[in-house]
Amino acid sequence: MSLIYPHESFFEAHPKHDSPTYRSTAKRHPKQPLIILPHTMTELSGPVYGHEVVQEFDNDLTRQHAGEPQGERIIVQGRVLDEDGRPVPNTLIEVWQANAAGRYVHVVDDHPAPLDPNFSGAGRVVTDENGRYRFTSIKPGPYPWRNHHNAWRPAHIHLSLFGPSFLSRVVTQMYFEGDPLFPYDPIMNEVPEHARHRLISKFDLDVTEPEWALGYTFDIVLRGKNETPMETK
Amino acid sequence: MSGVTPSQTVGPYFAYALTPSRYPLHEIFSTDLTGPGIEGTKITLTGRVLDGDGVGVTDAMIEIWQADAKGSLEHSTLGSGKSNSGFKGFGRCETLAEGAYAFTTVKPGRVPGADGKLQAPHLGVTLFSRGMLTHLFTRVYFEDEAANAEDQILNLVPAERRPTIIAKKVGDNAYQLDIRIQGGDETVFFHA
Ligand SMILES: [Fe+3]
Repeated sequence: MSLIYPHESFFEAHPKHDSPTYRSTAKRHPKQPLIILPHTMTELSGPVYGHEVVQEFDNDLTRQHAGEPQGERIIVQGRVLDEDGRPVPNTLIEVWQANAAGRYVHVVDDHPAPLDPNFSGAGRVVTDENGRYRFTSIKPGPYPWRNHHNAWRPAHIHLSLFGPSFLSRVVTQMYFEGDPLFPYDPIMNEVPEHARHRLISKFDLDVTEPEWALGYTFDIVLRGKNETPMETK
Repeated sequence: MSGVTPSQTVGPYFAYALTPSRYPLHEIFSTDLTGPGIEGTKITLTGRVLDGDGVGVTDAMIEIWQADAKGSLEHSTLGSGKSNSGFKGFGRCETLAEGAYAFTTVKPGRVPGADGKLQAPHLGVTLFSRGMLTHLFTRVYFEDEAANAEDQILNLVPAERRPTIIAKKVGDNAYQLDIRIQGGDETVFFHA
């Protein structure tokens, strides 16, 4: 299967490099015009990492330590698709997040909220042959940052995906339906308005497990369309 | 379909998941793409990532993607996924003090370009960091390659800006290139 990677879908979905309300972009965006890159084999191919790199409990962030982490247990599941809605099988997803109190284990996180000795917040999962993935975790807490006065990030899980090529690579964040912090978050709101809902997972009673964990569904669409000679306009 | 999922910043706290050498998680990506039995000339590529004030970016992540020494991408999603030598072609490095990065790899061979001619040896590069909502694409070429002169993509870049993506030879099989996100001598980035 050969895929093409339209530039339009890239511009349509992603935030701009210069995103003024997210202040750290000021010194971290190019000012010279970007040059359109013809796609060669370097771009159209990508690394192969699959099930062999994932270890036991990588897909269950609640079972990586001796005890149970604090917080609301959640199941996150969904499909990884291309722009034509076709499943992307056997692709690696890396996830990381804060704990239930909004604290990351990263050494530079100085938010005065407790670390949880039973939660690291890092995991990996590979999509199956139908593009499906599923992992278990704890609902992350919101946390403050210093972008502007009283700035708090809505609860989110970071995800990193490869897909079929160097061009389908994406790092994103998954949010939780109904979070009151949405209107105040520049990182989310620098995404074009029509595309923001694609970052929000949906509570799903069918994924929820009785007396165990709340379920959320989050589908991820990667760049790439099927090459087809058919005229669809 | 509902459209491509938007990019979001990698943020400042990715290391314990994506580059966990200082954390308990087992590492699956390395800054060293070589290993036993991998053919080709072993090289190092070092440099710094700098922001618009010329200050080292200490929370960036660079990924490189390349052909093997013979110019084959058989190890990729386009090939069988397995090269004979075990070459993966992919490396990942977090920047540390002063924004420094370092890779060990093999000099890539030449792969066909969009114009049907062979490209000069190059690495595909993606750059992620806090303060970047969408990652940046660039390339790294090598100063000592005559093929640079005829490379289709290098020739799309204004001549005076080409040195920003051509690594300098600083020793036997050692190359150096700083990535300047913004400002004087700003690195050439691509709409990929
Ligand atoms: Fe975060």
